[in-house]
Amino acid sequence: MTDVSVASPCHLRINGQSYSADLPPSVTLLDLLRERLDLTGTKKGCDHGQCGACTVLVDGKRVKSCLILAVSIPDAEVTTIEGLAPDGHLHPMQQAFIDRDAFQCGYCTPGQIMSAVALLEEGHVHTREEIREFMSGNLCRCGAYNGIVDAIEQVVARQQQERAGEAA
Amino acid sequence: MRQFSYSRPDTLGTACHIPDHTRYLAGGTNLIDLMKSDVERPEHIVDLNALSLSQIEERPDGGLRLGALATNADTAAHPLVSERYPLLASAILAGASPQIRNRATNGGNLNQRTRCHYFYDPDMACNKRSPGTGCSAKGGRNRIMAILGTSDACIATFPSDMCVALAALNATVNLTGPEGERTVPLRNYHRLPEDTPWQDNILCAGEIVTSIDLPPLGFGPHHTYLKIRDRLSFAFAIVSVAVGLQMGNNTIRKACIAMGGVGTKPWCVPEAEALLAGKTPSPSLFRDAADCLLQGAVTDRDNAAKLKLAPRVIIRALSQAAAGTPQSQTQKTIF
Repeated sequence: MTDVSVASPCHLRINGQSYSADLPPSVTLLDLLRERLDLTGTKKGCDHGQCGACTVLVDGKRVKSCLILAVSIPDAEVTTIEGLAPDGHLHPMQQAFIDRDAFQCGYCTPGQIMSAVALLEEGHVHTREEIREFMSGNLCRCGAYNGIVDAIEQVVARQQQERAGEAA
Repeated sequence: MRQFSYSRPDTLGTACHIPDHTRYLAGGTNLIDLMKSDVERPEHIVDLNALSLSQIEERPDGGLRLGALATNADTAAHPLVSERYPLLASAILAGASPQIRNRATNGGNLNQRTRCHYFYDPDMACNKRSPGTGCSAKGGRNRIMAILGTSDACIATFPSDMCVALAALNATVNLTGPEGERTVPLRNYHRLPEDTPWQDNILCAGEIVTSIDLPPLGFGPHHTYLKIRDRLSFAFAIVSVAVGLQMGNNTIRKACIAMGGVGTKPWCVPEAEALLAGKTPSPSLFRDAADCLLQGAVTDRDNAAKLKLAPRVIIRALSQAAAGTPQSQTQKTIF
């Protein structure tokens, strides 16, 4: 059993880099990223798990970083929006959001993109209705939803073209 | 958020022995939110995630055991669940959002708190949050509140979708605590508020949900989870109905029904299930079942609409299940 103490050890890999520190257990993954590591691409919207602006990947799965204690996911692999384009080349989903006008103010966009990247892996992208349902954890106050679904469909279509090309 | 100490035991025996003012952490999707709202104020958090409780495995009786720490997303996507218990998969996918379901666990789903607005606001009187202070929901803005199982002390709904399906499926809950192990039917797990609304369920101090068992009967296509809410997705039920029917020769052999959004716990009425057994599906039969399910309903200032809506949802859900055309959780048109 881990010792009961005020500060607890936190070991993570964030965008491929190791991170270790003793943290107050009340520090959320979101606050660790933004306030201690200056990874401010991940946004704080509602801070209650309702808006999705704080969406990141933990061990490849999309989660709301505002509802996770950083000390409670030992040795997890965390990917933020900064980790999608490590070499400066945009991820296809980032490019698709630009191509399809999938944002206005941009505040929800990092969360939308992280969620959409995970959605592609999950495969719930057969119809617009299915994409909308499985993107329902990300709110956009500007109402760019149609562009967001367009962007996801663009990436899905290009992936299908590439697969068809490889098969041919 | 207030400060607290944190531990992460790796055996159940250690996890069961806890000091006062402790909360268990599983997925955290409800607990962390409540701590930020200053509704939950634990001094210690015992993180259960080092315990090996995330298996989903077949039982000798032909049923299925769902580990308490399996996530809602992994449970709904598991082939043994989606193929044999599509009612459960459907109800899980009707709840929360993909990100929440990726963290939220099966055990945590049972133990989540109400989403009553007054419970969430520490400045308001609430017997569930602060015993003895009164119930602000009674006579207040109570459009979302319960109409069944309420008391003078509390009219808050239990918000889960998953538990409504588990109640219809007659699941059982396995617990381990300082006094040993026990098994409780899901239908008896949650408590009516009566005059102790702060006790949501029958858990004792130090007791932990280890798994949930599903009996063999999964109902195949003759099921539905029909959820009516204020928006198409990511909202709690105003009224929801889980139905499983065992059909033969156009006759209902066995009926299992539970309701969400209307009760202070997942709402089941065995008399309504008995009333359907051995009968041929018909609108008048379903209307009788709805009347039976809603017997004793009491409305308050703003929630009388639930009493009009609920019978329609029950009748439609029974029709969907009898026809073998369950409600899609993606294509939201209701047929």
